[in-house]
Amino acid sequence: MSTGLNVETIKTDVLIIGGGTAGCYAAYVLGHSGKYDVLIAEKANIKRSGCLAAGVNAINAYITEGRVPMDYVDYAKNDAKGIVREDLLLSMSEGLNEVTKVLEDNGLVILKDENGKYVTRGNRNIKINGENIKPILAKMASGQSNVKVLNHINITDYIVQNNEIYGAVGFDVNEKKAYIIKAKTVLAATGGAAGLYRPNNPGFSRHKMWYPPFNTGAGYAMGIRAGAEMTTFEMRFIALRCKDTIAPTGTIAQGVKAKQMNGLGEIYETKYGVATCERVYGTTKENQEGRGPCYLKTDEITKEQEEELYKAYLNMAPSQTLKWLEGGQGPATQNVEIEGTEPYIVGGHTASGYWIDNNRATTVKGLYAAGDVAGGAPQKYVTGAIVEGKIAGQSIEHFLDEENKNDSDKYKISDKDFESEALKYIKKYNIFLENKESLITIEQAEETMQKIMDTYAGGIGSNYQYNETGLNLAKEKLEGLIDVVESLHAGDMDDLLQIYEIKERMTVCFSVIEHLKARKETRWHSFAENMNYPDESDDFNKYINSYSKDGKINVITRELVDAKHKLLFSFDDNNNVHFGGDV
Amino acid sequence: MSIFINGQKCAGCRKCVEVCPGNLIKIQNGKAVIKREKDCWGCTSCLKECKTGAISFFLGADMGGKGSVLSVDEAGDERKWTVTAPDGTEKTIVVNTKESNKY
Ligand SMILES: Cc1cc2nc3c(=O)[nH]c(=O)nc-3n(C[C@H](O)[C@H](O)[C@H](O)COP(=O)(O)OP(=O)(O)OC[C@H]3O[C@@H](n4cnc5c(N)ncnc54)[C@H](O)[C@@H]3O)c2cc1C
Ligand code: SF4
Ligand code: SF4
Repeated sequence: MSTGLNVETIKTDVLIIGGGTAGCYAAYVLGHSGKYDVLIAEKANIKRSGCLAAGVNAINAYITEGRVPMDYVDYAKNDAKGIVREDLLLSMSEGLNEVTKVLEDNGLVILKDENGKYVTRGNRNIKINGENIKPILAKMASGQSNVKVLNHINITDYIVQNNEIYGAVGFDVNEKKAYIIKAKTVLAATGGAAGLYRPNNPGFSRHKMWYPPFNTGAGYAMGIRAGAEMTTFEMRFIALRCKDTIAPTGTIAQGVKAKQMNGLGEIYETKYGVATCERVYGTTKENQEGRGPCYLKTDEITKEQEEELYKAYLNMAPSQTLKWLEGGQGPATQNVEIEGTEPYIVGGHTASGYWIDNNRATTVKGLYAAGDVAGGAPQKYVTGAIVEGKIAGQSIEHFLDEENKNDSDKYKISDKDFESEALKYIKKYNIFLENKESLITIEQAEETMQKIMDTYAGGIGSNYQYNETGLNLAKEKLEGLIDVVESLHAGDMDDLLQIYEIKERMTVCFSVIEHLKARKETRWHSFAENMNYPDESDDFNKYINSYSKDGKINVITRELVDAKHKLLFSFDDNNNVHFGGDV
Repeated sequence: MSIFINGQKCAGCRKCVEVCPGNLIKIQNGKAVIKREKDCWGCTSCLKECKTGAISFFLGADMGGKGSVLSVDEAGDERKWTVTAPDGTEKTIVVNTKESNKY
């Protein structure tokens, strides 16, 4: 290897890819019990990486007094028009309050009333100061003696043979160094995918998006390539946000009860329905039909409320406070303009991601998934991602206990086979480092991908609408981009990181396109607005799933799983997955 | 939108380099510099981490920015956020980190 990437091999019991919300909590759970060695591989630094970097505004998923977990399941199910995994939602909802207490015990500030009870916001939220939630979680994870953290390591590929995982490969994002990590089990906790579509502010502020631009869908892409079954990629997530800053609107809508109002001063809030997708759709429609721009009507709030909003935004989206102060007009004098974002794929808000069983096991033996990367359970939010991390951690421990009982040799792949498989991926890194410089830059490739998705696969520019002809064209054009991406030159490890980010986004895009094509109905306006099939159809009261084989994406459908039936996977001697449990 | 690093105040301690969720800051000639200013997410993690006040944050013109900067200073449980306009006028908001959001 002439470019001389140093290679280090590490062995661990459990590899956690992504030290974000779910990953840190899984490490904490496994660390607490202390039986197995855990390694977190994180592309940034767990202290402030992922969704929680800036802080969060509230605990959005909580079972408030007088409510039961099944109420939460019903809420999420209604919001997603029935396409959810009730079993996953139920096991998640049952754990929400407990993990919230653990967070509080570890330093999260939660607002309490005079009787010491949490103060609620609506039926499912509690009020917090969530600015430092990520440092709290990071400390909980790294404080365990058997948890090792490797920061600034970007994982690119799983090592899977015969549908069983043996580890993963990655590289240091700063130093010329590659890592081969041999692990008995792996937890994918890389979050969702941003940057697939052309963003709201495509110029200087292109990364001022809602979802972290650094969560680029690596976990989805690695799973797709390894043949894992995936679900519901067609349920894209589009956030309704404050214009320009893409700051959350919930704080204003719920906090000071501001209504959605169009440019004519009409409240359109309930005209289109109140499901998450319909709130976006309403705003899109009002604009499309010439009644924009749209606002949250805040000009009746008091100066005191305005001051509190300034503070609340500083704790989670400081750019919004800066915008208000810099412009000289706060929300008490000027209504807040709103817009829909570009579509994201994010399993914590919608149901896209790995097809998992109730233990958070994927269809690849030894591979687990939790948080935004895992499918089936929308409206997870921060506490739901944490519960999934907890369940996955516990399942992994159980899996390892069983493996230990069954046979002594856990590394079924020979060291030689493992090594040669791993080196194949490392060779690819070297190819990018050795590619000749060309006139096509990494930035151009990324913009081209985003433009294709925007134009033909239902981005902002096409009002989130698409049809089959367009989707086919998107696929064709993206295929044409593959060679361009493969010939990109990486001058250093930072370039290599950006190239891999585009590669994984492209892999996700191809799957999203197939899923959008397969759901021949429009169940969720804007999230999946299929112009060939503008109405909802009972024929699609099922999941659209997919798996890749020999480079081809195969789409299948599966029947809905309800809360009374827990789906559990088992693997036969040939590692074929069987769906069991109560289904 | 992006960050601005004041080289005169920067002590080269690497804290911001370590913490940026996008790995966007590096040390060059002993000072922190942002690698690609268009790739900043605006999370302000680096501002909070920097103890010398070298980093501030601004909105690009495409977001309505007019050249004001946001900076933050920490003392005990208090975080003092300051918006400084191009003409030097300042507006300050203090947030107590032990107090919950009202909304
Ligand atoms: C801006 C914003 C505000 C939010 N506000 C709220 C709120 O107020 N209340 C609420 O309840 N929920 C909120 N949410 C939702 C909640 O934060 C997320 O659903 C949850 O944090 C997701 O957890 P996760 O572990 O799946 O992802 P993350 O916490 O993002 O973790 C993913 C991790 O994987 C790492 N990673 C990615 N790819 C790789 C790779 N290839 N190799 C190694 N590491 C990798 C990332 O750097 C990151 O650390 C918000 C989300 C966002 C984006
Ligand atoms: S604001 Fe956040 S994304 Fe931007 S440079 Fe600082 S730490 Fe990195
Ligand atoms: S944290 Fe501040 S002082 Fe330290 S390197 Fe960064 S800018 Fe310089």
